[in-house]
Amino acid sequence: MKAFIERENKLLELEAKTGKELLDSLQINPATVLLVKNNEVILPEEKLSETDEVKILSVVSGG
Amino acid sequence: MNCLKCEQKAVYDHLGLRLCKDHFLRYFEKKVADTIKKYDLISEGDKICVAASGGKDSLAVLYCTMLYCRKYKIEFFALAIDEGIKGYRDHTLDDLRAFCKEHDIRLHITSFKENHGSTLDDIREKAMKKLNKKPCTVCGILRRTDLNRAARKLEATKLVTGHNLDDESQSFMMNSLLGNMGHNASLGPITGLNLNEKFVPRVKPLYFVSEKETRLYTFLKGFKVNFAECPNIHLSYRSVIRDKLNELEERYPGTKNGMVNGFLEILPLLKEKYKGKKAFSYCEKCGDACSGKICNACRLESELIQ
Repeated sequence: MKAFIERENKLLELEAKTGKELLDSLQINPATVLLVKNNEVILPEEKLSETDEVKILSVVSGG
Repeated sequence: MNCLKCEQKAVYDHLGLRLCKDHFLRYFEKKVADTIKKYDLISEGDKICVAASGGKDSLAVLYCTMLYCRKYKIEFFALAIDEGIKGYRDHTLDDLRAFCKEHDIRLHITSFKENHGSTLDDIREKAMKKLNKKPCTVCGILRRTDLNRAARKLEATKLVTGHNLDDESQSFMMNSLLGNMGHNASLGPITGLNLNEKFVPRVKPLYFVSEKETRLYTFLKGFKVNFAECPNIHLSYRSVIRDKLNELEERYPGTKNGMVNGFLEILPLLKEKYKGKKAFSYCEKCGDACSGKICNACRLESELIQ
């Protein structure tokens, strides 16, 4: 699956069964991001497939 | 998982509350409106100035204030300060201009360059080398001063800011760890301890909503919010506290709510203890209220710019 990390402006190819697993593998704290799949917000528990593209949006203030 | 109130898919799940898009948007707007009413942040006859930067917090607070003010026919406008941080503020201001145009909101923009003769980028190095001050400290002092002066000039009765639950819990923790309990007395949904005619009261409608809720709200509303991080943020003590609090929040959900609700219980005691303790006078240079002969902004100007 593909994951775009907004804060780092980086696109990665990864394997993860759920949003939570994806964040764990990237060592990203779920309290600091929103997960977006096909332009829809998903909860970390949601299952992911190999063809999914997930955006990881940062929720922290920029300044 | 589905919304607790309907059969739609949940987009929000915090402390046992699971909501779909529509129910979350209603929940957020009601929470903000309830905060405004409970603490009397905005009243009939007020002229409201909303401090805006174009980031997610300011767009959310601007939009929710707009809904409230238009519902109760209260005058309001937006005010932005351009600190002069290249590659950061210029982008968020573009987003803000587009947002205000789309929603027919009057926008005033003023700048450090205009008000102090220099941009933050210009004085950043000097602040660190000459005064050993972090750029965020300098920026905070000048921005607070400029917002107050511009709001006063525009005859605003209240200055709305986008400070949220995260900001408040961070400030409380920073002040507490640094032993500045007197500074905590100035926090709360209405900022300030010793109010005077030179100071436009600051109010925080997003006081009880978190950064995560705010970002979710702006995303679901379709507001254009580009992630832009201030290049100076990593130098701030706040960013360290922010990360620690987020670690605690993930491990013990509800930490930030608990901290701010606990703080509100002791706030009246802090206000009683610190109110009137610090005598204030008027700055010899600009006439603003301050605690010494000249205010912090004028002192910085003389040390860094003139």
